[in-house]
Amino acid sequence: MSAPAPSVYSSDAQRQIARLGLEKGRANLEVFAETVQALAEQDRDVLAVTSDSRGSGKLKPFGQALPRQIVEVGIAEQNLVGVAAGLASTGKKVFAVSPGCFLTARSLEQIKNDVCYSDVPVNVVGISAGVSYGALGSTHHSLHDFAALRAITNITILAPGDNRETQAAVRWAASHAKPVYLRFGKAAMYDLGESSVPADPRQAMVLRDGTDVALIGTGEATIHCLLAAALLEEEGVEARVLSVPCVKPLDIDAIMGAARVCRAVVVAEEHSIHGGLGEACATVLLTAGVTPAFRIVAIPDEDTYTGSQAEIFSHYGISMEGIVAEARDALAAQGATL
Amino acid sequence: MTGSQLSNHDLQVKSLEYRRDILRCIYGAGAGHTGGSLSCVDILNVLYNRVLNVGPANWDDPNRDRYVQSKGHSVEALYVVLADQGFFPAEQLSTLCHGGSPFVGHPTRKVPGIEMNTGALGHGLPISVGMALAAKLDHAPYRVFTLLGDGELAEGSNWEGAMCAAHYELENLTAIIDCNTLQITGRTREVCSNEPLDEKFAAFGWKVIEVDGHSIEALSQALISRASGQPTCVIAHTIKGRGISFMEHVVSWHHGVPSEAEYGQALEELEAQLCELKGVAT
Ligand SMILES: Cc1ncc(C[n+]2csc(CCOP(=O)(O)OP(=O)(O)O)c2C)c(N)n1
Ligand SMILES: [Mg+2]
Repeated sequence: MSAPAPSVYSSDAQRQIARLGLEKGRANLEVFAETVQALAEQDRDVLAVTSDSRGSGKLKPFGQALPRQIVEVGIAEQNLVGVAAGLASTGKKVFAVSPGCFLTARSLEQIKNDVCYSDVPVNVVGISAGVSYGALGSTHHSLHDFAALRAITNITILAPGDNRETQAAVRWAASHAKPVYLRFGKAAMYDLGESSVPADPRQAMVLRDGTDVALIGTGEATIHCLLAAALLEEEGVEARVLSVPCVKPLDIDAIMGAARVCRAVVVAEEHSIHGGLGEACATVLLTAGVTPAFRIVAIPDEDTYTGSQAEIFSHYGISMEGIVAEARDALAAQGATL
Repeated sequence: MTGSQLSNHDLQVKSLEYRRDILRCIYGAGAGHTGGSLSCVDILNVLYNRVLNVGPANWDDPNRDRYVQSKGHSVEALYVVLADQGFFPAEQLSTLCHGGSPFVGHPTRKVPGIEMNTGALGHGLPISVGMALAAKLDHAPYRVFTLLGDGELAEGSNWEGAMCAAHYELENLTAIIDCNTLQITGRTREVCSNEPLDEKFAAFGWKVIEVDGHSIEALSQALISRASGQPTCVIAHTIKGRGISFMEHVVSWHHGVPSEAEYGQALEELEAQLCELKGVAT
């Protein structure tokens, strides 16, 4: 067998993880599956709908424990979302689970019309999202999902950053009577902190206070913001870190609050630079006339480099080092204009 | 490329060598789609060594035959066969799935010999309809082949393409179904049954041929033949994991990667089959 895949965390990043005492958890995807199963055990109207995706969705135990509550439609993502919409229209609490890449591209019209426009509360669950399937190539990357769904009205977009955020998001989505998109990766995640997370995932969380630069992250990119802040602290730079599990609707107060106290803002996300959290934040700030130095750390608009998630992250600087570099650059630019 | 003088026996030997090379790639990369590569490799063998008028020498010829691998996940089989055809040196396959390698885990046009980027299931047939239609519009002589998985047929786009192909009487189009009866979750019959496949394609206006998808001779006849006034669907009955005793019919080998011991055993089994084949011939 080949050497173990490279880690998303450099040895320097691992040193910061140890310094911060972060606990290593599991893949958010596993926590999703476990939480949805716990909900389904309490409520027979909770259904998982899959498209030959129960293995990748970690839903095999769900299927074994609750065979009546899992609906398999075969490799047919459009059918998946249509069927989910039909089920939800009758009052079922539906989680439609398929790789984010196919679900938010192939079935986009079903999401737009059958779920959002008809306003039925389907939880559309994009698994192995972003570049979780890095080496499988662009067909298997979902770097467009925030952008596509942000432009569709009547859907909340959630990308939890750790296991606790995942659990809160799934529980909240199950009881929310409106369409929700939940996006999960498959890497094991560190807990972003010790304090409890808000029950309403639409609220952003300040993970760290600081007044020099605001590092804003969502999904599996958030941890790298936290590590970047720890490294910057050693250089005497105070970074505020904001975890934003909800890409839409945006917690505008939290974004504005961070940008008002800091001279620079860096947003990190596992998404195309177009149409994601970064552009959403930029719009909010510019509209309010708040203009800190601003950078987006994301996947550029090019034929995407392929390799493992770790290789792609390090290639594009979605890492502690990459975020620190952007933060320094942004602060330097701001210093020059002061 | 067509016109080669390889005998059935030669191709049977190649199939075993291809199986060995597929496993080497997957073992080396620690990733890959093992079961489906082993089920379709005899089909690719016959296509590239006996049927398709395509190779490195005529790659730029607009009249080359086209092959689109709709079940893109079985890319290891395609890479191995393309290397054997001389599209690129086989050693390059040691970079499969590495950061920055063109040998991505699904077909891309960065690799010489690949017509279209695939990997999201349900795309190959409509693309092939377009290619075949272009040939008809231009009175060009080339043929178009596409390879689909049986599980893949749940994607509605296949049936849209099937309807369109019959409507345009695309006799230059052949769709091959790698009918190994398994997908990821389990048996296709249990996940989302698509039977009876022959009657479905016939009802859509296709000529249907059913073959043993591991018989070089049967595949050759089916793939060389063409209907008049309608597209051809070759239902190739195959075994997922074919050739390796402990992989055959076992669903977890869809993307299972052999351990060192399993890899060793698999190579031994292939070696034994090779000896037997050569013994029979002498
Ligand atoms: C649109 C789409 N949905 C899901 C997948 C994930 N996937 C890859 S292979 C596979 C199973 C394919 O089964 P089948 O078509 O029978 O192929 P084979 O048995 O030959 O491997 C699935 C679901 C995909 N690649 N594309
Ligand atoms: Mg199959």
